[in-house]
Amino acid sequence: MNTLTEEIVKPEVLELPERPIANALEHEAIYIFREVAAQFEKPVLLFSGGKDSITLVRLAQKAFWPAKIPFPLMHIDTGHNFPETIEFRDKLVDELGVELIVRKVQDSIDQGKVVEETGKYASRNMLQTTTLLDAIEEFKFDACIGGARRDEEKARAKERIFSVRDDFGQWDEKNQRPELFDMLNGQIELGQNVRVFPISNWTELDVWSYIEKENIEIPSIYFAHKRNVFLRDGLIWSAEDAVVFRAADETVEERMVRFRTVGDMSCTAAVESHADTIEKVVVEIRESKISERGARIDDKRSEAAMEKRKQQGYF
Amino acid sequence: MKVLKIATAGSVDDGKSTLIGRLLYDTKSLTDDKLEAIEKTSKQKGYDYLDFSLATDGLVAEREQGITIDVAHIYFSTASKSYIIADTPGHVEYTRNMVTGASTSQAAIILIDARKGVIEQTNRHFFINNLLRIKDVIVAINKMDLVDYSEEVFNTIKSDFEKLMAKRDYQGQKITFIPVSALKGDNVVNSSERTPWYNGQTLLEHLEELDLEDIYNTGTPRFPVQYVVRPKTEEFHDFRGFTGKVYGGELSVGDEIVVLPSMTRSKIKNIFFYDQEYQTAPRRSSVTITLEDEVNVSRGDMLVKVGDLPTIDKQLTATVSWMDSDSLVTGGKYVVQHGINKVLAKVDAIEHKINPDYSGIEENANTLQMNDIAKVRLKFNKPIFYDRFKDHRTNGSFIIIDTRTNHTAGVGFIE
Repeated sequence: MNTLTEEIVKPEVLELPERPIANALEHEAIYIFREVAAQFEKPVLLFSGGKDSITLVRLAQKAFWPAKIPFPLMHIDTGHNFPETIEFRDKLVDELGVELIVRKVQDSIDQGKVVEETGKYASRNMLQTTTLLDAIEEFKFDACIGGARRDEEKARAKERIFSVRDDFGQWDEKNQRPELFDMLNGQIELGQNVRVFPISNWTELDVWSYIEKENIEIPSIYFAHKRNVFLRDGLIWSAEDAVVFRAADETVEERMVRFRTVGDMSCTAAVESHADTIEKVVVEIRESKISERGARIDDKRSEAAMEKRKQQGYF
Repeated sequence: MKVLKIATAGSVDDGKSTLIGRLLYDTKSLTDDKLEAIEKTSKQKGYDYLDFSLATDGLVAEREQGITIDVAHIYFSTASKSYIIADTPGHVEYTRNMVTGASTSQAAIILIDARKGVIEQTNRHFFINNLLRIKDVIVAINKMDLVDYSEEVFNTIKSDFEKLMAKRDYQGQKITFIPVSALKGDNVVNSSERTPWYNGQTLLEHLEELDLEDIYNTGTPRFPVQYVVRPKTEEFHDFRGFTGKVYGGELSVGDEIVVLPSMTRSKIKNIFFYDQEYQTAPRRSSVTITLEDEVNVSRGDMLVKVGDLPTIDKQLTATVSWMDSDSLVTGGKYVVQHGINKVLAKVDAIEHKINPDYSGIEENANTLQMNDIAKVRLKFNKPIFYDRFKDHRTNGSFIIIDTRTNHTAGVGFIE
């Protein structure tokens, strides 16, 4: 038998060997997952196929072993996915033996609930909110677990671990429940739901270090590869996918790139990189001079872009 | 690598967000795109300096009013430590956020505007940090640039603050005074030539050297059962794992334990973390425990070591900090969440309110308003298993939930 002390926390100091933060944070996240399973009737894990939600899945496995994860995964599909992430998703769900629910933004468009954006910066990122809220209502989910982190963006820095949403999915940022010590208050009224963020206190580097340490498989687009791209507003866009609008004067060239976040293809830019292994990615993130969301066009719309989306029920 | 969580407290315009922004800037923790955004917005607003508060004030209303409304968490690291700063607002109606930020912090920074000195708010900030038994408090006397870096001003504020210290309840608290200018960068990360009379450490130097004694480690383990894992698969047919987080001390295989409230005795058979078995589960670990005997254990029960029982009672007295706009009333019924355990509670009596400036107590109070702090007697529908807050931070505290709104309306520190 091993001594857990060597692996996790030394009781006399707040120091953890090797990857202290990721490791202490792992135990916090597992605690949060168990609170969700105990406090709610119909939780769901929102799964995008990105590294943060893949990390969540691993943490959920750890929280409930040797039982299966006691709730389904749900993917809100914008239709603008990198093909690699969909393949990856289906394989993972197969291995886990859990239910996967997919709800499509395209269906919300076809039903006339949302209107597709047009123009150079058209994206389905905003449209996801409607599809998500409809799915929550359809399945009567009372807790939606997501991979948002406080270090991502300054409105997210204000987010609680258990964040209550009203019937309209709205975030009332000025009236949030205080969270003291470890105590998570998940009491809600019928119709309300709680967004749960188990990796709230992780940084981008913590996530990558954890993926490295745990040897977690992630989609190939996170690693450096050759791709046909074009430049716009100082950002690198994939020219291989029809959903990204490209003007006639925007010329295509081949570069070594990787994706640092994997969102809707139409609003996720690539970064120039030669990091083709997880070890190299961790080094690159550690030395990076640009924040993770620096390559997210959805945040560049205005200083308050994220806050506005959150008020409307966005993840 | 060590992790230090710090709460900040200060009044409106004391420059808290600016101080945090300065820490980020001088430790080179701001990425180029964030710095660019700050430069751009500062210029738009016509400032001749960089407005670092823009890095932390995340809500539109905050940027509009130039104040911080809600707790924000900011992350940065140096070569030796990782820091998490809970930026808690000093605005009077948001005191609850300060208690919240302080509840998970090991150290606190209290900001004082050098032009204003010790004010009523300072009293309150110190009181709360003392109530929550924060081990290290740094009093950052800010805006020294606006008082010509005067040693006399610094010393006057220091001695005014020391008068408050005499009246504090938790005398073991360590307090350090540092003269800073967050705006100009004096003594935050780099020591200043403009305060030649100050020979102490800069704020960051002080934080770097803080001794991170684990104030949560009491040597008396408490294991509240969160969730029972029953896989019911062929391989794990009879597996009944009790999941939870270990508080206060460590638990090991073979330990003789008592299950509360049934008082059934058993022994720890296995400790699992994921699919690995371990001999010992240290404090703060989220593990799965199995027992030697088939005993009935469900969520809300607690495993403790034989001979190491907490108080088991249907009533208690606690210092309560009220956080809700609906008042607490004598005779009122609430849900008390103690750790993960929920019980129905009735307010038996408000013994007295405590003046936040240490000036005394107010008896004959029947209600508590938001921001009030009082000694309250509570009765429960069934017993809970608790320790005193001064002995056990996690098992000595609880939250009060208003059953009409489901809000977390108050927090209690058990006497």
